[in-house]
Amino acid sequence: MRNVAIVGIGMIKFGELWTKSLRDLCVEAAQNCFTDAGTNRVDSLTIGCMSSGLFNGQEHLASMVPDYLGLKHVPATRVESACASGGLAVRSAFIEVASGFTDFALAIGVEKMTDVSVNDATFALASAADQDFEAFHGITFPGLYAMLARAHMDRFGTTREQLAQVAVKNHANGALNPNAQFPFPVTLETVMNSTMIADPLRLLDCSPITDGAAAVLLTTVEEAKKMKKYPVVEITGIGMGTDTIALSHRRDILKLDAVDLGVQRALKMAEKTINNIDFAEVHDCFTIAEIMVLESLGVVKQGQGGPATMDGLTALNGKFPVNPSGGLKAKGHPVGASGVAQICEIVEQLRNNAGKRQIAEARTALAQNMGGSGGSCVCHVVERR
Amino acid sequence: MVGIIGYGTQIPRYRIKVEEIAKVWGADPVALKRGLNLNEKSVPAPDEDCATLSVNAARNALRRAGITPSEIGAVYVGSESHPYAVKPTGTIVSEALGACPYVHTADLEFACKAGTEGMFIALQLVQSGSVKYALAIGADTSQGAPGDALEYSASAGAAAYIMGKEKVIAELIDTHAYMTDTPDFWRREHAHYPEHGGRFTGEPAYKKHITGAVEAILEKTGMKPSDFQYMIFHQPNGKFPVQVAKSLGFTEPQYRYGLLTPMLGNTYSGSSPMGLAATLDEAKEDELILLVSYGSGAGSDAFVFRTTERLAEIRDLAPKVRTQLDTHKTYLQYGVYAKFRRKIRKQE
Repeated sequence: MRNVAIVGIGMIKFGELWTKSLRDLCVEAAQNCFTDAGTNRVDSLTIGCMSSGLFNGQEHLASMVPDYLGLKHVPATRVESACASGGLAVRSAFIEVASGFTDFALAIGVEKMTDVSVNDATFALASAADQDFEAFHGITFPGLYAMLARAHMDRFGTTREQLAQVAVKNHANGALNPNAQFPFPVTLETVMNSTMIADPLRLLDCSPITDGAAAVLLTTVEEAKKMKKYPVVEITGIGMGTDTIALSHRRDILKLDAVDLGVQRALKMAEKTINNIDFAEVHDCFTIAEIMVLESLGVVKQGQGGPATMDGLTALNGKFPVNPSGGLKAKGHPVGASGVAQICEIVEQLRNNAGKRQIAEARTALAQNMGGSGGSCVCHVVERR
Repeated sequence: MVGIIGYGTQIPRYRIKVEEIAKVWGADPVALKRGLNLNEKSVPAPDEDCATLSVNAARNALRRAGITPSEIGAVYVGSESHPYAVKPTGTIVSEALGACPYVHTADLEFACKAGTEGMFIALQLVQSGSVKYALAIGADTSQGAPGDALEYSASAGAAAYIMGKEKVIAELIDTHAYMTDTPDFWRREHAHYPEHGGRFTGEPAYKKHITGAVEAILEKTGMKPSDFQYMIFHQPNGKFPVQVAKSLGFTEPQYRYGLLTPMLGNTYSGSSPMGLAATLDEAKEDELILLVSYGSGAGSDAFVFRTTERLAEIRDLAPKVRTQLDTHKTYLQYGVYAKFRRKIRKQE
């Protein structure tokens, strides 16, 4: 297996991008990526997108995206694993390069979510839940994560304030990220008094509906060394795990097995432990998700995610910074793009290029991208060489 | 000199509070009031519609203008709640006022902009010399779908303006329109309630068009925001107009009289014209007023008026907006409101 490096990243400003279409988002992110890499060589293209069919009435992205990127005739694949589609796209591109099948692989994550009403967007997102056992009965993701939050509060004494602190911390980071949808801080009071969505989750516990795209260009470490534009940043570990799609079928409602497995597999491949990781970008689709993922990573014991967040462990200047980008909460959550955007943030940090949100001496980072209520999870360990 | 020679308004006496509607739908009234800057809205009585509101508003305008109704050469009624799909409101109104038969009448419809459309046309007709007086009315008894965000704002009311060349109370300085094909809010034929694009109605719709119209008329007239004593923007809620006003450099004293939605709701075609009336109720002589409407679909009409010394003379000849808004209010519970608004299906 060949070693794989990230030689280009392309982010765009996330938000309600009324004047930009699905294809515009892809083109803009890819162009930013080519500019960053200093090359537009693409031998193979992977697109992560959760539901362009329901959001835009557009399938067949494996033709449309290369067409509008000026890459027609290039082999392209669309992958889907709900909100983990972006992470899965990076994983697929990695496998192509690592296997020797492809030298330069571009991974794009995209979601254009504001072309439909909020009801239609909620329906599209709910299609990542179990249609027979969950969505059919009317529950949507805020409700599913609210049940996780309730159970976590009940079993471990996690508090409303601790949930809110996740949003406060991520908004503080997002305020330093020019590409964030919500680049402003919020107070604990604002989060705790925001509109109730699904008790105990309030509006500011939830990641938003976002338009966005992100792209990364992968090649071999050997090729990357020749390019000399940036220090070589290598993907040293990849782990994916899956679990039951329905929350009610889990062995324990508070065990995210897919995340546990994804993390363990990625760390094992990278020959690392969590103690070797300097910071992480994690899937905070809801505040409770970040707390539970923190526990799955093994940074704290199960049940300690809330107090640790309150104590500042995961703050930008904490011992284990989480979501320096602002996370899905403040940066925005264009579902198919989020996993790729996490990698973009990690590369910015490892290049020492993250401006005001730079984590000092960051050399090794972990990205954790999750689908649905934890039915799938893709993790990456990324290191600066 | 061409401009407004008389104005009048009509607001139904019935009101419903945001809390009362929110209670029914399990919504959070505190968040709604804070988020939309809405407290209560007017509700038409069962025997009030776009035509009766228009007639009452126009009668108040006639009282101030002091002209004979038969001298009115044109009557335009702008509304999205005309009582008939086919059969004009304008004929009912013209007949009731005594303006028939030598009068040109048209019903206009452009979401919340139809009222100022009538004003735009009326002013140009008078300016051209084609008619001596022209009457323009913005009137609506709008409906939001039960439980929809619009149900908290869609209200009822009318504002009427008579345009002429003599005894002008507010001289027209200039107009400018700003229009694009932007589908942010619509109602298909036979549909009872409108649909809307949610947050799409904000930035790319309301804000873009109001801003476009303001910037265009400022450039055309060579004026700047601080030149105006007063400004009125269309008010779908109490939040949007304040946000856009501030972003353009206007300040609270400039919209303090014209911002009515927090206590009136959105009277749609009557909204910005009603705000202008409330401003004329308070303005002094030789003051500049900027009026900018917004209609979904989408477009904005911008007007610059300068008040004259005659305004003070005729102001008290008809009820002021604040009088209609603040006195003789009757609060409804949701059940009676639902009956009044024909939301309850029954044997006819």
